[in-house]
This record gives sequence, structure tokens and C-alpha cells, in this order.
Amino acid sequence: MNLLEFLNRFFGRDNGASKDVAKERLRLVLVHDRVNISPQVVEALKEDLISVINKYMEIDQASLEVSLNSSDGTMALVANIPVLGIRRGA
Amino acid sequence: MGEVLVITSGKGGVGKTTATANIGTGLALMGKKIVMVDTDIGLRNLDVVMGLENRIVYDIVDVVQGNCRLKQALIKDKRFENMYLLPAAQTKDKTAVSEEQMKNLSDNLKTEFDYIVIDCPAGIEQGFKNAIAGAEKAVVVTTPEVSAVRDADRIVGLLESSGLREPKLIINRIRPQMVKKGDMMSMEDIIEILAVDLLGVVPDDESVVVSTNRGEPAVMDKASRAGQAFRNISQRITGEEIPLMNLEANSGWLEKIKRWVTKS
Ligand SMILES: Nc1ncnc2c1ncn2[C@@H]1O[C@H](COP(=O)(O)OP(=O)(O)OP(=O)(O)O)[C@@H](O)[C@H]1O
Ligand SMILES: [Mg+2]
Repeated sequence: MNLLEFLNRFFGRDNGASKDVAKERLRLVLVHDRVNISPQVVEALKEDLISVINKYMEIDQASLEVSLNSSDGTMALVANIPVLGIRRGA
Repeated sequence: MGEVLVITSGKGGVGKTTATANIGTGLALMGKKIVMVDTDIGLRNLDVVMGLENRIVYDIVDVVQGNCRLKQALIKDKRFENMYLLPAAQTKDKTAVSEEQMKNLSDNLKTEFDYIVIDCPAGIEQGFKNAIAGAEKAVVVTTPEVSAVRDADRIVGLLESSGLREPKLIINRIRPQMVKKGDMMSMEDIIEILAVDLLGVVPDDESVVVSTNRGEPAVMDKASRAGQAFRNISQRITGEEIPLMNLEANSGWLEKIKRWVTKS
């Protein structure tokens, strides 16, 4: 331990580093904040989903729901697509 | 043609009005002809920070509503030949002016002044939209706290989607001792997270409080550290390349001992 480190300890300034906690929390909260997708993008996504799924299944297009959810630092695209029937021979 | 600069923040109370007063005065000290515009309608502050509160007759709402001519509402600062203030209205609310009116006002002021420095209200509502409507460049002020930096990020997004590309950041109220201890985010930490250009770093400094008490912005005080930081910022705004100041110089007896110890 050199004298500088000793002084640091002596004045109780060697652990702390609460800024690392701040930085990590900030990083996470900004990931969520920034994923604020515009309604137009969500609409376009919906339409593409409908056209793909329509090939295989008959779906209730009016009550289709798409949203971005996040919890515990991870993000998920959640789609709720009511199926009315399966297309034969698809 | 002058340049219109808006000082924003997102989170309130982080130093927009302080920054506006000091940058405006700093630019005037450099010989620029400037006007500061207080758009915080209903919560007028810039006049007191500038020590011009006793001189107000007309305000920004009177101007845009045509109750007076622009020249009549501009308060000339007696300390400087080339510095003016357009005060906010205290008794009206933020809806008393529109974005269109603000744009016209800025265009008018641009023909008269080198710099128009606009003090923005806190928040992201109509007052913010009005304040940025006529601006060409934006500054975002933050303190080194999670909540303030988060709101600054939101403001950067809103500014960019309103066509104010590449806003510049001022980190205000840095406490070098705490940064050193690891108990406050450093400017590097904040820049890394926000990914914006830095305009300057201003220390937390008692002289700001003293100068605000007196109604004389800290840039007028040669001995003020915050004043020095704002003088540097003003120079950078005019395009000069000024290195960041060493915030740690003279920052307390313990630092002096440490420097002495490390040297020996
Ligand atoms: N660098 C600094 N050092 C010390 N005190 C400061 C510093 N910067 C600002 N302050 C103080 O912080 C307080 C808030 O500052 P200011 O009024 O400029 O913030 P603001 O962003 O304009 O607030 P609002 O959002 O309410 O308009 C004031 O009392 C001011 O004196
Ligand atoms: Mg203010």
C-alpha cells in the first residue's frame, strides 16, 4: 500500500463506487425508454404479420394485438392473434 | 444573421436559467450583440438571475400579441452595451404564445442580434415546443444524476425528431471530489451513455449562489470556477476551440495533500 492508497483508506474513500450502480441503472432504463417504437411501425408490423400468418391460418384480424413488453431487463415482442381456423393444404 | 440557441433540459432545476444567463453574458463579454429570451411563461426567473427584475414593463406575451413593439419590450442591460433581455410574462400561462409566433419572433430578433439565447421551461409540453420552435441549435443541460440524465436522453430524442440535430451537452454541478471517490458519474460516463457532443462541464460552485443573490452572473466574476467554465462554453459557442478546464485544480486541501504526496 503506498501512501496515497493509505490516505484514501484513511479518509474512507476506497470502496463506494455508487456511480457504477447509477451507470448500470441508467443504461437499463434508457434501453427501455429508447424502444419507444412509433405507432406507424407497429401498424406496418401488424400488416406484415397478418399477411404471413394468413397463408397458414384464418385469423381474427380485427382483434390482433401486438406490443413490446419488457421486464427484468429484457424485451419481448408479444403478439396475441386469435385463430379462427387452419387452412387445409397450406 | 444571428444564431438562435435554445437551452433545454427535460428535468427541472438542473441549471437552464443559470446557463442561459451565463452564456448570454459570456457572449456579451466577448463583444457579441445578444438577447436572452425567457420563455418560461408563468414562472419568470431569468430577470432576477440577471438582476433586471425592476426594469420590466412589457413582456414576451405583449410582443407576440401586439400590445407593444418588440423594441419596447427589450430591456437593455446597463452593464453592457450589447446585451438585452426579453422577459417572460408572469401572470399568463404557456399557451399564451404559439410555436408559429415564437418562430416569427426568433426570425425578427435574428436580424438585430448575433446570438439569441432562449431559456426553455422544464418539461416536454407546449412550453418546450414553443421554446424550440424558432431555434437552430440546442443545448441540453443535465446534472450527473440518473433522473436528470434519463430526461436529457428523452430531450435529445425530441430535439432530433423536431429537426434540431446534434444538440450539445452541458454537465452542470459536477463535484470533482465525489467523482474521484466513485460516488458521482463522471463526464466520460455520461457522454458514453448519451452519445452526444460535450459543450462543457460546470462545477458545483457556491459562487453561483452568491452571484444569483446579487443578480450578477458568475461569468462576471473572474475568480469564479463556474464562471470560468461558462466563459469557456461561450467561447466554444462562437467556434473557438477551448480545452476542458481541470476541475480538480484547487478543489480542496485534501487534493492538495494528495498531489503533494504523489509528486514526492
Ligand atoms: N453550477 C452550479 N453550482 C451551484 N448551484 C447551481 C449551479 N447551477 C445551478 N445552481 C443552482 O441550482 C438552482 C436551479 O438552477 P436554475 O434555476 O438555473 O435551474 P433551471 O433548470 O432553470 O430550473 P427550472 O427548470 O425550474 O427552470 C438555482 O438555485 C441555482 O443557483
Ligand atoms: Mg429556469
